[in-house]
Amino acid sequence: MTRQKRRTGRRHPLATVALLALGLVFTGGAYAALSSGTIAQAEVDPSSQQTIEEGKKLFQANCATCHGLSAQGTDEGPSLIGVGAAAVDFQVGTGRMPMQMQGPQAQQKPPQFTDEQVKQLAYYVASLGPGPDIPSDHLVNGGGDAANGAELFRINCAMCHNVAGAGGALTEGKFAPPLTDVSGVHIYEAMVTGPQNMPVFNDLNISPEDKRDVITYLKYVQDNRSPGGIELGSLGPVAEGLFIWIFGLGAIVAITVWITAKSN
Amino acid sequence: MTTAPSATAPQKRSFTSAASVYVNERTSIAGFVKELGRKAFPDHWSFLLGEVALFSFVVVLISGTFLTFFFQASMVEVHYDGSYVPLKGVEMSVAMASTLDISFDIRGGLFVRQMHHWAALLFVAAIGLHMLRIFFTGAFRKPRELNWVIGFTLFILAMAEGFTGYSLPDDLLSGNGLRIIDGMVKGIPLIGTWTSFLLFGGEFPGTQIVGRLYTLHILLLPALVVALVALHLVFVVVHKHTQYAGPGKSQQNAVGPPILPIYAAKAGGFFFIVFGVLALIASMFTINPIWNYGPYDPSPVSAGTQPDWYIGFADGALRLIPPGWEFVWLDRTWSFNILVPLIVIGIFIVTVLIYPFIEAWVTGDKREHHIADRPRNSPTRTAIGAAGVTFYAGLWAAASSDILATHFSLTMEGVIHALQAVVIIGPFVAYFIAKRVCIALQKKDREIVLHGYESGRIVKLPGGEFIEVHQPLDEYDRWRLVSQESYAPLMIRPNARGKITAGQHVRAALSRWFFEDRIAPVTKGELESGHDTHH
Amino acid sequence: MAQDDHSGAELAAADSSHAAHDIAVSPGTAVIAADSFENPGFPPHRPRVTDQEPKREKRAQRTVYTLFYLSILGSVWAIAAYMLFPIESNDVGAVRLNNMFFGLGATLALLAIGFGVVHWGKAIMADVELVDERHPIGGSPETQAAAVKVFADADRESGFTRRAAIRNSLIGALLVFPLPAIVLFRGFAPQDQMPVELLSHTMWKKGTRLALDPSGVPIKAGDVTIGSAFHVIPEGLQDLEHGKLEEKAKAAVLLMRLEPGELNHAPGRENWAYEGIVAYSKICTHVGCPVALYEQHTHHLLCPCHQSQFDVANACEVIFGPAARPLPQLAIDVDDEGYLIAQHDFTEPVGPSFWERN
Repeated sequence: MTRQKRRTGRRHPLATVALLALGLVFTGGAYAALSSGTIAQAEVDPSSQQTIEEGKKLFQANCATCHGLSAQGTDEGPSLIGVGAAAVDFQVGTGRMPMQMQGPQAQQKPPQFTDEQVKQLAYYVASLGPGPDIPSDHLVNGGGDAANGAELFRINCAMCHNVAGAGGALTEGKFAPPLTDVSGVHIYEAMVTGPQNMPVFNDLNISPEDKRDVITYLKYVQDNRSPGGIELGSLGPVAEGLFIWIFGLGAIVAITVWITAKSN
Repeated sequence: MTTAPSATAPQKRSFTSAASVYVNERTSIAGFVKELGRKAFPDHWSFLLGEVALFSFVVVLISGTFLTFFFQASMVEVHYDGSYVPLKGVEMSVAMASTLDISFDIRGGLFVRQMHHWAALLFVAAIGLHMLRIFFTGAFRKPRELNWVIGFTLFILAMAEGFTGYSLPDDLLSGNGLRIIDGMVKGIPLIGTWTSFLLFGGEFPGTQIVGRLYTLHILLLPALVVALVALHLVFVVVHKHTQYAGPGKSQQNAVGPPILPIYAAKAGGFFFIVFGVLALIASMFTINPIWNYGPYDPSPVSAGTQPDWYIGFADGALRLIPPGWEFVWLDRTWSFNILVPLIVIGIFIVTVLIYPFIEAWVTGDKREHHIADRPRNSPTRTAIGAAGVTFYAGLWAAASSDILATHFSLTMEGVIHALQAVVIIGPFVAYFIAKRVCIALQKKDREIVLHGYESGRIVKLPGGEFIEVHQPLDEYDRWRLVSQESYAPLMIRPNARGKITAGQHVRAALSRWFFEDRIAPVTKGELESGHDTHH
Repeated sequence: MAQDDHSGAELAAADSSHAAHDIAVSPGTAVIAADSFENPGFPPHRPRVTDQEPKREKRAQRTVYTLFYLSILGSVWAIAAYMLFPIESNDVGAVRLNNMFFGLGATLALLAIGFGVVHWGKAIMADVELVDERHPIGGSPETQAAAVKVFADADRESGFTRRAAIRNSLIGALLVFPLPAIVLFRGFAPQDQMPVELLSHTMWKKGTRLALDPSGVPIKAGDVTIGSAFHVIPEGLQDLEHGKLEEKAKAAVLLMRLEPGELNHAPGRENWAYEGIVAYSKICTHVGCPVALYEQHTHHLLCPCHQSQFDVANACEVIFGPAARPLPQLAIDVDDEGYLIAQHDFTEPVGPSFWERN
């Protein structure tokens, strides 16, 4: 943000100044609102010096090779100053970080750290510069308006993640992962931080309450199996077509063989 | 079957015979029953594939009729207030809302809806498999060429039925499907813009299209399908069914169990089996969960937006075009990225449609054919079929390029490039392989006729030599392997005016292509002389 | 079972040659070998187990009627399931149970009839094979001649060939009479509208605020942080009485913010972006799907329908897939209150190409 603001507007210097001021007030206000609403989830105290020290040790042992000793970034990995606790909690908590190898996309795998360690890392990185915080419980446990969430999901998310959250393909081998077993916290954090190639959905684009609604919808889909029966991966007509050819027509052809075979 | 004597009849007349007399004296149906009731119907599993199509069509008609009582083909916007929580209060068309009500607020409605859709998928799939059987066994030859044309037209109509039905719920998936149709229609030179404008009743999406498609879906197209199915079946009766070569079977007879009772029992029972399998699938497997897709809105789209399988080849063809195939020329836009797929698919469809006439012209054979070929005995036809199947399969696979990419950890660009190669080179490779395989199988058949089956029994001759004993064929088994026909390439001869026309040259070239490496069946002379003169 | 005698011929060896009844018909290039094998005739009949062992026949009979009783059970089950598993409002789980149990009952009812009847036909009904003789499809030469004569008589009596003036004028009239029906199709779309005109304009005009889809809340430039993607509609779209979807189908826009240094502007459009914020039509130039998959690091936009890819950093040029033209750009600016606004409508028609576009 700061780097951005130093640039001069192309067209209307005065308007730009006004705009930037407004932007500052808005973003600052949003962050303030978000941070004030945030309650520490685990037993980890985000502000304690001990947490940050533990996090720093973990960081230097596991992350500094790519992100630099003080998280300033290297050729191998971006700077983490200002990414916030949410980004770390998402990346490390879903096992995407530490990365096994450089590639177009960090792959999900079993998390390498305990919940406590993840939080320590997160608060250490958060202490380096302000960024989105780990969301509070009431935003990530559902209980919102599923219909509003579904509509927002269709407009903002479904083109990559599929309407039922089954995932989808991106360019050059990248993909949008399925959301069928992602926790509410991680969905929220992904929206505010825009991990990998996912765009950022800040609170002015999708408000915290709207994000809660999106999570409510996804939880609804996760908790309620399809009324029609087995979903076939929720992949749509391709799965349905393969099913009818292989199992539908396959079964029927087997029966035709029985019908026309001589008895016994 | 009731055989209880009727209480009122003084003679010992069964109820059945009394009823049939009553009906006959008012309909003259006896002649019909006498003619058809004891017809022989050749028996083979592959002869039932057309019935699968017919029976699933019947299921489509039955289930579809139920749906029409509840579905409302209107695009008026309402706020949904049915049972599905994640759509409550959402603005959608009446068409979408009524489809959701069928699914969630009418008991058994979802079952009928799923059965209708699954049966539609099976209908088109069964037609496809049935057509492949007809093609590879040459059952389209005289006198059945017109019935091939009718059947193929039914295939096209079935796809149209499917697409119009898929679009009716006005959900996000089908709405984007219609958007693609709109884009394709607009790309057609001269008439495209206006065609789209008239089709949608104004600008896309308009408020007309669902109602119009509904009229096509439940009135015009079913009427055409029913009429053509009836005609198709009349021709089956007129021509009598083909049969595979076998002892006693010939071009002059049709051998099989009688229509009444055995064939009727098997076919009637099979109808219930097809119906039952569809019921099983409908009760256990979700199809087209429109509640996930939500109402159509031109802004959102879902990953994995695909048409139903039978339109996949057209969607795939669109995906395979490289960038930039569009030009402005003479102040008009020429969208070759749309025209090329349309033209290529058009040529493909017309070629399949008229294939019987092409082959008849090449062979010059004007006789009737009632014995179905084994695919290996017509290597070039089989190879052409394999090439066609490969071409179609390449286009079809392209429609799922994104799903192939995610599920096999490939890049979508790589999948597209590979499928471009499959569609262009694949048919030639498939042609070559299929032809070689057919010829190898034919040679093996000759071996078997000449030397018998390999029995697996090894004997040591007095001279110390080991040989495998070959089991000779009996005459019935042998007949299946030697009764096929073969064709020689056409010799170019001058016509009555002493000229060799260009048509003759083309025909001779095609004929050479079809038949030059044919393998003739074993003759009596060859078997008696005990060696294979062909090698 | 009906006990009538076979009207079909008894099994007998048939002649293998084609030419028995259509001797005059050309075989084309078919090779008819002089010493080919003769059809050996029908093999001896092989009886079924149920024909030989009365016990097996009894068992088959039992199987068949058991299946029919099972079918009745299935039907009853389906009816019971219909009542036992009512659909309760707002509960999709109830729908699932209703669908499954009703369906399984119906499945049992249908499959048991099917398998029962087929088994009856296969194992119990008399195992007869009939032989039907085929006749030329064209019928006998006499019939064909008679049909030809009917047409000849009709032609003579009507003078269809002879009276050329009558015939030709009738053909002409028949060719022309469907034309009014074609004209009627003009009524399929509003009479006072022209498609090219409609396709050339969208709702955007000078000063229209960019608003969030679907809420319609206007967007300030400061809201759009780097890496963001906003799905945008023109302000006021949601208040339209008519044509909301038609306008949205043309006016949907995707708003993204990149580092200003990463943007390469198309010539003449240097001031169409604002501080690295760019707005492009979301409607694919191929066949019109929403191109909405934005990758914030590669700056690629991907269409999920046919995989066209556009490079946002490079004026949305096509980099892959069947699309031929870049996505149209919406020139944006900021108004006095800091809201993003359109400078003017798109300068070219959005969406798929059409014939009159140039």
